[in-house]
Amino acid sequence: MTVHNIYIFNKNGNLLYYHEWNRLKQTGMTREEEAKLMYGMLFSIKSFVNKISPVDPKDGFLYYKTSKYTLHYFETLTGLKFVLNTDINAQGVRELLQEIYNQVYVEYVVKNPLLNLSEPIESEIFKAKLDALVKQSPVFLSRVP
Amino acid sequence: MVIYSIYIVSKSGGLIFNHDHSVSKIENEKPFTFPVDLKLKYENKRIIVEFGQKDGIRPGHVLYAVNGKGLTDRQLDDGQDVFEVLENKNNYPLNLKFGRPKMTTNEKIFLASMFYPLFAIASQLSPEPKCSGIEVLEADTFKLYCFQTLTGVKMIAVADRSQNGVESLLKKIYELYADYALKNPFYSLEMPIRCELFETNLKTLLDVMEKSGIANI
Repeated sequence: MTVHNIYIFNKNGNLLYYHEWNRLKQTGMTREEEAKLMYGMLFSIKSFVNKISPVDPKDGFLYYKTSKYTLHYFETLTGLKFVLNTDINAQGVRELLQEIYNQVYVEYVVKNPLLNLSEPIESEIFKAKLDALVKQSPVFLSRVP
Repeated sequence: MVIYSIYIVSKSGGLIFNHDHSVSKIENEKPFTFPVDLKLKYENKRIIVEFGQKDGIRPGHVLYAVNGKGLTDRQLDDGQDVFEVLENKNNYPLNLKFGRPKMTTNEKIFLASMFYPLFAIASQLSPEPKCSGIEVLEADTFKLYCFQTLTGVKMIAVADRSQNGVESLLKKIYELYADYALKNPFYSLEMPIRCELFETNLKTLLDVMEKSGIANI
């Protein structure tokens, strides 16, 4: 099991934070372009899910799976979006995303009076705590390359 | 354990076949007094709830009947305009029936061709090399399975979250497609599938699967 990368978007679709752990392939575009493509895809998936759903959805889109990776999606009520790419066998990633929100984002970004919530996160402590939380979770078991 | 619908998308992204297997109907009939505490709007030949929420009626739901009388466009079956009826205080109390809108054929074509770019972008954004597109997509109300054949035709099934064995069902549908659509001399590639044998066999397959599970097909 492994975790590839994380994207955090605010409600307007701006990339607040990006970090990668075991990423084996780059898309060949700048981070900014990649984030826009990612956000655009998630936006379309959300509207697609809303329309194709047989009954009224509540949380809506949860994850999608391809042959090589799984993209997990978690959106807070305030429109903040957490996207975590893992391998296809990962379990309990939604809980991990919730922990990232409760225990890292709220604690070290929302409660930090010096940070502007609409700006990209550059806080060192946020980065360190996020890294620690992901690395100690069972989802993260780094593969030997 | 339900399969909601099946879509087949051609390699160029057009919808060539669609079948709704079990449609879950959500309809709410409630008595209303004057004035109606929902904001209604006439849009795309339907009357939809624009604002307000009440007893399971939510924004986006469509008005289907007034006092048991169905409506087409914005007219009741007896020719009255719906908004005139709703605005007249003497008609109350009224029984209004709302429901989640059914998808029109146009919307289905639109959605099927919308899946195509999502599938492509998902493989482009992959953190690992040589990745396929979306194979399973889960939301809180359904699970969508997609199987792409070597020739680029996509079989898509929308199923209940607890339904298993949908992957093998899609492969079975591919077999039916090969047997009854491709081997039909009157069928031309990339065109909508209008083959009776294909449809009947597909329906039997879905029925068998729902009744006795995936093992029997």
